[in-house]
Amino acid sequence: MSILRADHGACQGYANCVVGAPDTYDIDDDGVVVLLREHVSEEERPRIEEAARSCPVSALTVEDE
Amino acid sequence: MSRTALVVGSSVAGIRTAQALCAGGFDGRIVIVGEETTEPYDKPPLSKHFLAGTWDAGKVSLLAGRPLDERVELRLGVPAEHLDIARKYVRLADGTRLPYDQCVIATGAAARPSPWTARDGVHVLRSLSDSAALRQDLLRGGDIVVVGGGFIGAEVAATASRLGGSVTVVDPLPDPMTRVLGPQVGPLLTGIHERHGVRTSFGTGVVSVEGSAGDLRVTLDDGSVLPADTVVVGIGAVPNDGWLRSSGLEISDGVVCDEYCRARGAPEVFAAGDVARWPHPRHGELVRVEHWTNAVEQAACVAHNIIHPDDPVAYRPVEYVWSDQYDWKIQIAGSPARMSGHHLVGNLAGTKPKAAVAYTDADGRLGAAVTVNWPRALVTCRRLLAADADFTQAVTELDLLAAALGERR
Repeated sequence: MSILRADHGACQGYANCVVGAPDTYDIDDDGVVVLLREHVSEEERPRIEEAARSCPVSALTVEDE
Repeated sequence: MSRTALVVGSSVAGIRTAQALCAGGFDGRIVIVGEETTEPYDKPPLSKHFLAGTWDAGKVSLLAGRPLDERVELRLGVPAEHLDIARKYVRLADGTRLPYDQCVIATGAAARPSPWTARDGVHVLRSLSDSAALRQDLLRGGDIVVVGGGFIGAEVAATASRLGGSVTVVDPLPDPMTRVLGPQVGPLLTGIHERHGVRTSFGTGVVSVEGSAGDLRVTLDDGSVLPADTVVVGIGAVPNDGWLRSSGLEISDGVVCDEYCRARGAPEVFAAGDVARWPHPRHGELVRVEHWTNAVEQAACVAHNIIHPDDPVAYRPVEYVWSDQYDWKIQIAGSPARMSGHHLVGNLAGTKPKAAVAYTDADGRLGAAVTVNWPRALVTCRRLLAADADFTQAVTELDLLAAALGERR
């Protein structure tokens, strides 16, 4: 399993992550990222990492547990 | 012997292509060639956080402190000057020949040069060094004239004003945002500058800029003269395709590609980002898109098509671009200026409005959307656009979103 992290202060509401992985990322009414879950399996990791990499301000990371 | 993918350009499209090749299991080595000596960097902050001084150079790096994969070799500081598609090599300005199996053109775009020249104090903004130089002048304060009311001009005006400058934005169009948002919606955003204490002179063109830094005079076509300490010219960008003139590739405001982002007539050559022009299935014509997200998505598509030549995917993105102007967040999906009708949800009055505009295409589908200070509505529209949803369905969903917002507030 890998652990997901979000830097809520860095998030600017660009929302590329939500488009890339709507089952994992969402944004609230103020336009700040919401993690819908904390962990992803190794199998899912490449897809979630691609969504995280689409963040223009690098607010998202996927880390080894 | 393993194959070589040669990426020309250390732009976001170039770096992301290399990263996507590694992530996708590319079985060869990757060489990235870049003209600039600086570590590859991201451009959106150059008119915002970096220009304002809240982010330093380390924060705009595309590598973000993480080394590239060991399969990737980064060769910075020497531009490419010739591509030989028959013999499959790229020649650099220092004479080095780099052979490739697949070549990715990602040389980006440059600021359209200012047609007005003064001794100094006239800036364009595209590179890290442009931004650093402009920042030095903005910190001196005084009168700042920004020529061009598009994204770059508006963002620079916002940042310059925040740094204490007395700013005027000039544009030959009465409502500059009509270029992007179309004739009905564009005017709704014209007032953003005045609402934030920045003067505008819209509907007037520039005749000349004379003088030198700290003592410039901008003459407009209505005869008025604006004194300026610093002038910023933000009048668009031109693709960096000049080095390809000798290649025999079809170049027409960018590298002309097929729907798989392969350069026409050269199946082992691809293009991604600001420099690529390809037939967009949603628009039925060749387009070139200068947005950050396009560079990232097109890079991923190119990487896929290099790794899976027998199963290539056509590139048909929903365009997405954002602009942070003052404390407003403007987000655009699709290509609004191509659309006919529109519907506004919320309203654009007040100091910090929250609104969405849905546009319809000729077939009654949602064709594009723009949101102001409402990222959540933009996400909805991007999802609906990707699904080719009906316009009426989109308006209904936006109304529901607005109602839910009202209930929570």
